[in-house]
Amino acid sequence: MSAMAPGAVAQDAATRDAMARVTTEQRVRYLLRLADTGLILAQRLGEWVGHAPAIEEDLGLANTALDLLGQARLLLGYAGELEGRGRSEDALAFLRAEADFLNVTLAEQPNGDFGDTIVRQFLIDAHQHELFERLANSADPRLAEIAAKALKETRYHLRYSSGWLVRLGDGTEESHARVQASLERLWPYTRELVEADALERAMAAAGIAPEPAELGAAWSKRVDAVLATATLRRPADVPFAWYGKQGRHSEHLGHLLSELQYLQRAHPGACW
Amino acid sequence: MTDRADWPLYEIFIRARGGLDHKHVGSVHAADPTMALEHARDVYTRRQEGVSIWVVRSADIVASDPADSDALFEPARDKIYRHPTFYDIPKEVDTL
Repeated sequence: MSAMAPGAVAQDAATRDAMARVTTEQRVRYLLRLADTGLILAQRLGEWVGHAPAIEEDLGLANTALDLLGQARLLLGYAGELEGRGRSEDALAFLRAEADFLNVTLAEQPNGDFGDTIVRQFLIDAHQHELFERLANSADPRLAEIAAKALKETRYHLRYSSGWLVRLGDGTEESHARVQASLERLWPYTRELVEADALERAMAAAGIAPEPAELGAAWSKRVDAVLATATLRRPADVPFAWYGKQGRHSEHLGHLLSELQYLQRAHPGACW
Repeated sequence: MTDRADWPLYEIFIRARGGLDHKHVGSVHAADPTMALEHARDVYTRRQEGVSIWVVRSADIVASDPADSDALFEPARDKIYRHPTFYDIPKEVDTL
């Protein structure tokens, strides 16, 4: 490789510069946030299998779950390599304690009825769509590649969840009232999606993560547009925020993990 | 399963690759054509089966009546000369 293109050299220098501005620990934590949100939401969606209102929806929800699980695997694998402590994607998924999970609190909320699941999905899909679109230009090339792959899947997820939100919101009197109630119930958990903390600001300053304020505004705009079509009212923001992304979770994550991790805890190293 | 009496049936046709015909693969229930497309995508293209989907309301398909089989299809049975099997193919033609 003697004749490297000048552009490639510049990009490598920019990448090195970006990586030097954050610690490896910060990068691992940021990757775990992305990975865990996908992993936990996939586990929740998996609970629908065999229980969805129609067999076609059963498959639709399972497809989304598998996409999210695939994204989580890539991100966990990368986080494990970066961390350099020999933890595989499986070790990170199955052997971490509750407070070490960094998913957003919204992802771990119970499925509730189909409307609750759709609202939860829509709010996260809208966020992931804006997030992955921007992460595809991350100064971290591997993260950029994962985001570019995930974005294609997320576009379909968002189409699915926003389609259902409009059907339920702009449907019958009962479906409108019920899905509006779901939105009120889940809205408080959206605050941590848009409220950046020190880690996100540091990652953004290094060019690895998107600028939080701009990302939050883009999410908000997209949510407003779909809510308007669905004739739903945007709930008021709450003063209290949850911080699952910092390891402080609602009471639901522990129960979810006991099911997710049961097999590896009971039979360490089991595989097929 | 809830009652889906108001979800009509749609027939699903999938094109496996560019240049091939859309082939009938099955059916889904859906509230409208848009949902039928998404259901078809989720049910029938999970293993890279296709690059294009058609959905058609089953009720819009006009089908021949099995009771008419004698009149419709029986008369072709003794007209085997309609098959192009009575021609000698020149040796130079590899495939036809």
